[in-house]
Amino acid sequence: MRKTRRLHVAMALFTSTLLGFAAAAWTAVPVVRVVKVSAKRYEFRPASITISRGESLDLELVTDDVLMGFNAPDLGVRSNIVPGQVSCLRITPQKTGTFPFLCDVFCGSGHEDMNGSITVVD
Amino acid sequence: MHKTIDRRQFIKLAGLGGGVVFASGLGGFSALAQAASRHGKKASGAEEDFYFVQLSDTHWGFSNPVINPDFAGTLQKALAQVNALSPAPDFIVFTGDLTQTTDDAALRRQRMSEFRDIIAALKVRDIRYLAGEHDAALDQGAAFKEFFGDTHYSFDHRGVHFIALDNVSDPAANIGADQLAWLGADLAKLDRQQAIVVLTHRPLFDLAPSWDWATPDAGKAIDLLMPFEHVTVFYGHIHQQHHHMTGHIAHHSAQGLMWPLPAPLSVPKKAPVAWDPAAPYQGLGFRQIESEHGVPTITELPVKA
Repeated sequence: MRKTRRLHVAMALFTSTLLGFAAAAWTAVPVVRVVKVSAKRYEFRPASITISRGESLDLELVTDDVLMGFNAPDLGVRSNIVPGQVSCLRITPQKTGTFPFLCDVFCGSGHEDMNGSITVVD
Repeated sequence: MHKTIDRRQFIKLAGLGGGVVFASGLGGFSALAQAASRHGKKASGAEEDFYFVQLSDTHWGFSNPVINPDFAGTLQKALAQVNALSPAPDFIVFTGDLTQTTDDAALRRQRMSEFRDIIAALKVRDIRYLAGEHDAALDQGAAFKEFFGDTHYSFDHRGVHFIALDNVSDPAANIGADQLAWLGADLAKLDRQQAIVVLTHRPLFDLAPSWDWATPDAGKAIDLLMPFEHVTVFYGHIHQQHHHMTGHIAHHSAQGLMWPLPAPLSVPKKAPVAWDPAAPYQGLGFRQIESEHGVPTITELPVKA
């Protein structure tokens, strides 16, 4: 009887320790926000994205239109946007400000107006 | 018959022709001339003086009167001024965006046909063409080639080696591996003292990538050009004068002939500079480039009302 009780206590301690590790592991993994950016001639949706400094953000770039590009040169990221595919770009900006992005693959008569901005705040 | 022009006479004549905005003394050219003098080295082969004219970004087919009320007549005014130049230039180069882009392939060809008809008025018939992305990016240069020939090529004129580079037929604005290989082979034949002029549409350096004022693989072309001591790049695309040095290589952009654009990154969003009724055609013009022993000198000429 006493042995059984000791066993239960040990199992409870073990389980709580495991849960503790799991909880610690859960809180240690940062949650990365995902923003889907849709490109079509001649706009990005959304065209304005806000992010906190040091935050990681995954941009999922998609288009059902023609080959396009997403380029945020001041943040050092770019990708082609291929019709029918999802292109992922992770940004973790370390400086605040508003940084333009643009389509850098000439996609048609309104191409030069196809741009947006990423605002990084504290 | 070769025409040898005294430089001072040339500038005087240019002044009479339309008002010299800017003549010689450019940082790039001065540095080049000083470096050549310092090292006792002249560009080889280029012993004869001559000049040519650069026109750029005519955007034929553009039709917004708020941006340019004389959208249908500005090009013709510039051509009349070129025709009035005396002595006449040896040749004329258009550095891209001859036409305004359109998604309609038939309209693109119509605009190119109209452009070709309009410039038939030029007295000088030695005309070199480069494409801009408005002309070539949507069909990889197919229509442009039908009307104006190859999008990249080289030629020699009075001892100066000219290279026309295409950084627009690729929609992503790369020069591309094939053309870079061609450039390497073209340069391999030249002496390191050869005077070289590169003609292109987009800047061959990162002027303002967030405004699309760059060529992604330009560095590879510059690497090929860097061993040559006398290299000058003339380009368009940004609708204004701009002067930049990459080491000893000078880059000079030209004004456009449809609308001016603001200085790089000077405003939050790139957009045409508004037409000023009090100063019509302000910011629109073309340039003369004189080669004196292979050292170029620029004279800017505004479009006259």
